[in-house]
Amino acid sequence: MPARGWIEVNDQYCKGCELCITACPPKVLELDSEKLTSKGYHPTHIFKDGCTGCAICALVCPDAAITVYREVTKAPAPVAAGGD
Amino acid sequence: MTVTIVHPENMVYTRPEGFTDTPTHYCPGCTHGTAHRLVAEVLQEMNILDKTIGVAPVGCAVFAYNYFDIDFVQAAHGRAPAMATGIKRVLPESVVLSYQGDGDLASIGMAETVHAAARGENITIIFINNAIYGMTGGQMAPTTLPGMKTTSSPNGRDVETQGYPIRVSEMLATLDGAGYIVRRSLHDPKNIRLAKKAIRVAFETQVHGLGFSMVELLSTCNTGWGVTPLQSLAWLEEHMIPAFPLGDFKIAPAVAALKI
Amino acid sequence: MRREMWKGNEAIAEAAVRAGVEAYFGYPITPQNEVLEYLSHRMPELGRAFVQAESEPAAINMVYGAACTGARVMTSSSSPGISLMQEGLSYIAGTEVPMVLVNVMRGGPGLGNIAPSQGDYNQICKGGGHGDYHPIVLAPASIQEAVDLMPVAFELAHKYLNICTILIDGSIGQMMEPVLLPGMQPVVRKEYDWAVSGAKGRKRHFLSSIYLDVPTEEKVNLRILGRWREAQANEIRFKEYYLEDADFIVIGFGTAGRIALSAVRTARALGIKVGLFRPISVNPFPYKRVEELVKQTSSMLVVEMNTGQMLKDVQASVRNRIPVRFYGRLGGVMPFPDEFVNEIQEMIKNPGKPEDDSADLWYLRMMAR
Repeated sequence: MPARGWIEVNDQYCKGCELCITACPPKVLELDSEKLTSKGYHPTHIFKDGCTGCAICALVCPDAAITVYREVTKAPAPVAAGGD
Repeated sequence: MTVTIVHPENMVYTRPEGFTDTPTHYCPGCTHGTAHRLVAEVLQEMNILDKTIGVAPVGCAVFAYNYFDIDFVQAAHGRAPAMATGIKRVLPESVVLSYQGDGDLASIGMAETVHAAARGENITIIFINNAIYGMTGGQMAPTTLPGMKTTSSPNGRDVETQGYPIRVSEMLATLDGAGYIVRRSLHDPKNIRLAKKAIRVAFETQVHGLGFSMVELLSTCNTGWGVTPLQSLAWLEEHMIPAFPLGDFKIAPAVAALKI
Repeated sequence: MRREMWKGNEAIAEAAVRAGVEAYFGYPITPQNEVLEYLSHRMPELGRAFVQAESEPAAINMVYGAACTGARVMTSSSSPGISLMQEGLSYIAGTEVPMVLVNVMRGGPGLGNIAPSQGDYNQICKGGGHGDYHPIVLAPASIQEAVDLMPVAFELAHKYLNICTILIDGSIGQMMEPVLLPGMQPVVRKEYDWAVSGAKGRKRHFLSSIYLDVPTEEKVNLRILGRWREAQANEIRFKEYYLEDADFIVIGFGTAGRIALSAVRTARALGIKVGLFRPISVNPFPYKRVEELVKQTSSMLVVEMNTGQMLKDVQASVRNRIPVRFYGRLGGVMPFPDEFVNEIQEMIKNPGKPEDDSADLWYLRMMAR
């Protein structure tokens, strides 16, 4: 069973650049057209099931706007994105 | 469902410690932000944030000092390697970072860049190459590609009157003082991971006193190039990588022997 | 001929083109990038030379080279870039070759900001580079005036074998105004008996600023000074508004002078007999005219976007015979006309004494805000 993950996107930083959307392997991200950040951007959000907590979105995010969670099943999760 | 996942124990990635809370001024999708993030992550992982002194350039990254929670100084255009030299010579135990764009490093600052490398100055330069001058409105840079339209090459860079782009990493690699000179890219996850590894090796080079280190990062400028952030990634891959091949141009044997 | 809307930087660039500039060498720096960008297509279009240099020192040395051929050549920059050019400018002055420089001043010192200021007055007018030399400096207050002065700048540079600087600030560079551009003058490369061009059929020419023989260097300095004295005698330019019956005179150059004009008109509407004296040549400075004005007015108000640089030139003419009040805004802050109106009214209420230290009193007022 694939790991289950979740992301939190900080509106203060997200500029709606969409790099995460394209990079996301299970394609669970889209810009939230119902929401505007204080700077007038549509921030990204998870819009369907399937996030695995792979953190590739956070890896490509130029604004460090994303915090990634991955459900711990057996082995402990690594502590930083991109470090392997 | 999400309640159980969102739990401190499950946190796999968050905003680096080395960042301030200040949102960046960079355009949406600008890979300056990505480069900043990788540097902050590396400094945090090496546990040297509180020893690091940054030198900010003139260019889009002029405000880099607002984003890293470390000591920082502001250099005149192109002079960051000289300022970095001044700092490192009086504070040899510090870690000195010079973060520069292509105008700063390869145009007005070319002499400072070459001589810092020639002297084997134990500093680390992060060189953001996006083939254009962003902050001043999109003029030609020393790394602008032939035929590329900019505000000062409106009909495309004409090699007859405006010359050819400069491959800085290859040039600096000819200098004996250079310890680690590599070129990486920020256009997709695989290359971002490789870039981060290179940044780590660069800082390890400095920390071990093994000479001048520089990571040239091919970067996007969607505003200057007149494309969307997503299109800029493809543009980089299609146009810049052939002109600026990714690779390792100088790795001193002592650097290669480092166990990181 | 119709008036057209032009951006300051671009109008100045086009005016230079129409004045027959043959070569432009520059480097990007805000707020004058548009001069470079505009010429990057206009010059090649006309078969003339354009290079975006690798830096300002490189640019000014390209200018130096071209100037040695006698060609009409110019560069433009803004404060920090102008500082970088100073060595080259001194070389150009010492070699006695002509060029036109445009400085679009910004907030400083150092990197400062990109907002308008007049903080480079001393640097530009009192030399700037090392050694004894005096560039001719013209300070337009509008885009039209800048356009009109551009051919004058080239004429003066070539007549006096000197640097002629057009001194403006970011607001003039960036604003858009209706402008009447002159017709296109042909490019004419004058035959100078000193220019280098290949010594075919003539004795060779050598251009340099090096004079190892010290008495010769002294003679050169006197020669340069002689031409400067001629410029001082013949190239004074200024504009006067409402001075005929003025009890009080405001003095300001460039944008500060233009803002002062609004203030003076407002003050006149309030019944105050105030006039404006606006130097256009700030080097040579119109000392004689200011001296004459001392006799017909009870006090002067000097306004600048700096800490009191042109003030010293005014004071040199006034010599403590009447009170001089000073008001300056710094670091890119642009004053509003009502601030000047206030100062005029204050000047009338509290005229002060002729021996007052104007800059000192202004500083204390600034700190008390």
